[in-house]
Amino acid sequence: MLVIVDYGLGNLDSVLNIFKKIGTNDILISGDKEIISRATKLILPGVGSFDAGMRNLEEKELTPILNQKVLIEKTPILGICLGMQLLTKRSEEGVKAGLGWIDAETIKFNLDPTLKLKVPHMGWNYIKVQKQNPLIDMDSKNRFYFVHSYYVKCFDENQSIATSHFGNDFTCMVNKGNIYGAQFHPEKSLKFGMKLLENFAKI
Amino acid sequence: MALKRIIPCLLYDGSGLVKTVKFKNPSYVGDPINAIKIFNDKEVDELIVLDINASKEKRKANFHKIADMASEAFMPFAYGGGVKTFEDFAALYKIGVEKVIVNSLIQENPNVIKKVINDYGSQAVIACVDFKKSIFGKKLPYSYLGNKIKLSMVDYAKYLTNEIGVGELMLNSVDLDGTWEGYDYESIHQLLNSVEVPVIACGGCGSINDLKKVLYETNANAAAIGSMAVYSKKGMGVLINFPNRESIILE
Repeated sequence: MLVIVDYGLGNLDSVLNIFKKIGTNDILISGDKEIISRATKLILPGVGSFDAGMRNLEEKELTPILNQKVLIEKTPILGICLGMQLLTKRSEEGVKAGLGWIDAETIKFNLDPTLKLKVPHMGWNYIKVQKQNPLIDMDSKNRFYFVHSYYVKCFDENQSIATSHFGNDFTCMVNKGNIYGAQFHPEKSLKFGMKLLENFAKI
Repeated sequence: MALKRIIPCLLYDGSGLVKTVKFKNPSYVGDPINAIKIFNDKEVDELIVLDINASKEKRKANFHKIADMASEAFMPFAYGGGVKTFEDFAALYKIGVEKVIVNSLIQENPNVIKKVINDYGSQAVIACVDFKKSIFGKKLPYSYLGNKIKLSMVDYAKYLTNEIGVGELMLNSVDLDGTWEGYDYESIHQLLNSVEVPVIACGGCGSINDLKKVLYETNANAAAIGSMAVYSKKGMGVLINFPNRESIILE
């Protein structure tokens, strides 16, 4: 049973819709601890600010059950956009600590002004996959839809598995064991996103 | 860097899709859900749906229908038309709309827009600036509701981005709408130089060359297509279609 974690932030319906489109039927959106405890896979979506995300998880008392599922039971989890940033230890966007499951921090894009690029990084962009992983093929040309002003910087480079480019190269996918993160929105990235989510559903 | 975007802009009249010329004479072109399914297969970068009658007819957005549309759009989906209250925005974001497009609300109640931007982020709101040549020959922001926007296009654009704080602008030429004659490159260029946010060019696109020109010479961040997405050719029948983006978008 795949559970899309409802902690009050994120385009939950969009994530549900794309999984239904690719044929994943044993799936639901839930913020209920008991239902989450029975999940065999988890999605942590998210659109909004870091502190709002962590605050919502705390208020809904979801952090303990998520720690249990992810760190102890090793349930596969995919964090999307803000969801990926919450996997890190902290963010420059806020003051709260993150879930800390990935050895990384989230920082703001600090772009060279001569490049005349504006934050947020918004639009389609290609990604380069550096490490073999179950979600995405290393060789195929993949583009995804991004919209974010902060990005994840890994302390442990082994946990960064794909990068994209905005001013500089930046990590856009992370992986540590059963924990995955995507900075872009696979649920809004057409067939490219569908393939990635299909692969996640198959893990 | 983020790639340039080509975006079908679909006009919804409350029951089906239509296409206008110079904002007049809407002609039926089909069912929105079918069109969106086709655009999915064609791998469009983004999709815009505008309910062009909602404000005029003083009715709300058709949330149920929009939810159906959003559920078929596996790319970013922007919606505008009849959005008036904070709850309207919240409902739209919940049902799968990435960005809400505002037009007449800017004159009616800018504070609602500011509150939405504060809670959801500037990237969640696009301001649509329709513009038209006045009887004195000057191009000015135009409102079909008759509200007078007493600012030049550039000043209005600066107001929208600096005072209201919208994250993106859509610039729509009333005079070129549905004409296949090409975009208003000059006006778009002028606006691009005066704001810091992405600008979507709209109105008049008639060919692949128009797309290449507006994206890579004028340097708009995105190009919206109307007639080109719903008719097979100028003066010909309805055909939901999308140009081959590989031949246009530079990497």
